[in-house]
Amino acid sequence: MGQIEWAMWANEQALASGLILITGGIVATAGRFTQWYFGAYSIVAGVFVCLLEYPRGKRKKGSTMERWGQKYMTAVVKLFGPFTRNYYVRAVLHLLLSVPAGFLLATILGTACLAIASGIYLLAAVRGEQWTPIEPKPRERPQIGGTIKQPPSNPPPRPPAEARKKPSEEEAAVAAGGPPGGPQVNPIPVTDEVV
Amino acid sequence: MGNWVVNHWFSVLFLVVWLGLNVFLFVDAFLKYEKADKYYYTRKILGSTLACARASALCLNFNSTLILLPVCRNLLSFLRGTCSFCSRTLRKQLDHNLTFHKLVAYMICLHTAIHIIAHLFNFDCYSRSRQATDGSLASILSSLSHDEKKGGSWLNPIQSRNTTVEYVTFTSIAGLTGVIMTIALILMVTSATEFIRRSYFEVFWYTHHLFIFYILGLGIHGIGGIVRGQTEESMNESHPRKCAESFEMWDDRDSHCRRPKFEGHPPEVVMHPSKVLELQMNKRGFSMEVGQYIFVNCPSISLLEWHPFTLTSAPEEDFFSIHIRAAGDWTENLIRAFEQQYSPIPRIEVDGPFGTASEDVFQYEVAVLVGAGIGVTPFASILKSIWYKFQCADHNLKTKKIYFYWICRETGAFSWFNNLLTSLEQEMEELGKVGFLNYRLFLTGWDSNIVGHAALNFDKATDIVTGLKQKTSFGRPMWDNEFSTIATSHPKSVVGVFLCGPRTLAKSLRKCCHRYSSLDPRKVQFYFNKENF
Repeated sequence: MGQIEWAMWANEQALASGLILITGGIVATAGRFTQWYFGAYSIVAGVFVCLLEYPRGKRKKGSTMERWGQKYMTAVVKLFGPFTRNYYVRAVLHLLLSVPAGFLLATILGTACLAIASGIYLLAAVRGEQWTPIEPKPRERPQIGGTIKQPPSNPPPRPPAEARKKPSEEEAAVAAGGPPGGPQVNPIPVTDEVV
Repeated sequence: MGNWVVNHWFSVLFLVVWLGLNVFLFVDAFLKYEKADKYYYTRKILGSTLACARASALCLNFNSTLILLPVCRNLLSFLRGTCSFCSRTLRKQLDHNLTFHKLVAYMICLHTAIHIIAHLFNFDCYSRSRQATDGSLASILSSLSHDEKKGGSWLNPIQSRNTTVEYVTFTSIAGLTGVIMTIALILMVTSATEFIRRSYFEVFWYTHHLFIFYILGLGIHGIGGIVRGQTEESMNESHPRKCAESFEMWDDRDSHCRRPKFEGHPPEVVMHPSKVLELQMNKRGFSMEVGQYIFVNCPSISLLEWHPFTLTSAPEEDFFSIHIRAAGDWTENLIRAFEQQYSPIPRIEVDGPFGTASEDVFQYEVAVLVGAGIGVTPFASILKSIWYKFQCADHNLKTKKIYFYWICRETGAFSWFNNLLTSLEQEMEELGKVGFLNYRLFLTGWDSNIVGHAALNFDKATDIVTGLKQKTSFGRPMWDNEFSTIATSHPKSVVGVFLCGPRTLAKSLRKCCHRYSSLDPRKVQFYFNKENF
C-alpha cells in the first residue's frame, strides 16, 4: 500500500469529473433550466479540467501508459512549471473550480466528483508526489554503415581469438583443405579407425 | 471466418440475448409510461422524459442484478463443476466472466446517464409547473395538494413555490440515495480503469467494495413513490381522456369530471372529545395483526421524531387507525395541525407494524381481557377483530364469551373507546347475541360527587357516566369475586386471562388464576398472559 501513487487515481477521477461537468452543463444550458448560466460555466470549467488532466504524469516506478495523443497537451502543461507540477496547487484549483457548479442540480454531481478528486490530490501532495511529464525517448540516429561489420576472415572451425591475431596465408590455405594444422598438436596420435 | 464463428458463436449468442433483453425492457417500460392512461396527467407535467427515466430505471434494475453474477466466484466454480457433462462451449463462456462484468458495467453507466438526465428535466418541469400561475392544466395539477382539504393526493412532489429542486433532491429518499449511488458508481469506475488496476491494485480492490452502498441505495431508491399514477377509482370516476380538456371546470358541482386523485390515500381525520385524534390511514402493502404498533413521524412538526402508537383498528378493516391523545409537545402540535380547517393536512410517515401479534386471544373459549388506563388501546383492536370474526363465523375463533374489564381513572381521554363499546353493544343487540361481550368499567378516580350522581340515577337504563347499558362501578375490581363467578359459570372451560396494565395488577391476577384453576384438568383452567403490547 505504501507504493500507491494517489495522483494517478486522482487524475482519472478528475478527468471523469471534467466529463461529468461538461455533460451536466450541456443538459442545463440546452434545457434552459433556472440559473442555466451556471451550466455554461460548468462546460467551460469541465473543458479546462479535461485539458489539464489529460496528460498523465510519469510513474515513479515502472513504465507509464500514455494516453493517446497526450504529447501535445504535455508540452502545454509543462510550460506552467510549478503550477502544474505541484499537486497542492491542483487540489486547491479543483476545489475552487467545483464550487460554482454546486449551485445547480444538473452540475452538482460534477462538483462532488471534482471535490473528491481534489481530496485525493491533496493526499498525493501530502505524500510528496509530483507531476512529471512523460518525455518522449530521443530516437538514436542510426549511423550509416555503423552496423555493418567485417565478415569473419577464417572459415570454421576457427582457432581461439589469440591465435587469430596474425592470420597467415599458409594457414588459410591449409585450413581450407585438409585437417586443421597450425598450433594444435595432439598429445596422443589420432588415427582414423574407419576402414 | 469459419474459425471465428466456431470459436465465438456462443459468446455472440449470449451477448445478443442480453442486448435484446435490455432493448425489450427499455422499449416495454417506455411504451407503458408513454401510453398508459394512468400516467396521463403525470405526462402532462413531465412529457416524454417520464417514460425515458422509468425505462432506463428498469434497465438499471436488471443490469445491476446481473452484474453481481459474473463475479460470484463460488457460483462460477459450482457451475463449472456441474457443467462437466455439459459442452465445453458453456464452460469456456464462464472464462469470459470479467469481460461480461465490464460490459454490464458500461451498460449501467449508460443507463445511469440517461436516467439522471431525464430526471433533471423532470425536476425542472415539476419546478416550473409549480411556479406557473397561468392556470394551465400543469399548474392546476401541481397545486393539487394545496387546495384540497384532504391532502395527500398530490401529483407534484414539489410542495411549495419556494422549494428548490436541490432541496427536494437532498431531502427525498430517492434523491439522496441517487446521489450516493452515482458517486459510488463513479468512484468504482475511475478506480477500475486498466491503468489503475495494473499499477495499483489495492486502490481498485478496496474502492470497488463501494458496490455495497450502490446495491443498498438501489434497494431503497424507489420507496418514496414520487412517480404517481391516477388511482383506479379516480379513473373510473373521471377518465383523463374525457376530462383533461375540461380541467377549468373540475371544481364545478355539476361537471361530470372531478379532480383526479393520485396514489396515496389521504388520512381520514376524526376528532374525539378530550383532544383525542383518530387517524385512519391507508398504505400500499400494509398488513397488520391485532395488538401491533406503528411508529409515526410528521415532518412538518419535527423531522426526526418518531413516536409509537398502538393500532386501534382490526386487520379485517380496510384502513388502519391510531388514536392520539395530547400528552406532550409533539402530540399537541399534531392535534393542532389537524384541527386547522383551512390549511392542508400535514403529511404523515408510518413505519411498521411492529410487535408480537396477540393471536392467542382467539384460541380460548372464554377470554378475560383486562385493560388498565392506556392499556385499553390494544384491546380496541382485539375487540373489533373478535367482532369481525364472530360476524363472519370464522372457524378459527374459539371464543364464545368475553369478559372485558376496563379500569381507568377517568373516562375523559377514552371516550372514543366508549363509543366503540356502544357500537359493539348495538350491533350485538341487532344480531341477538347480547351475551357475547360482557364488560365492566371501573372508575378508580371517583369522588363523592360522582357517586352521589350515580346513586341518584340508579334506576336509569343506561349509565350516566358512559352511556352504556352496563353500569359503571367505582373503585378497583374485587378479583376474587370476579374469578369465582367466571369459574362457576364456565365449569369446564379453558379461560385465557389477558392483561395490559401495571405490574401489581399482573401479580394479583396471576395469583387469582392459580387459585381458581381447578386441580382437575377437565374442569376450569385459567391461563394468565401478560402481554406487552
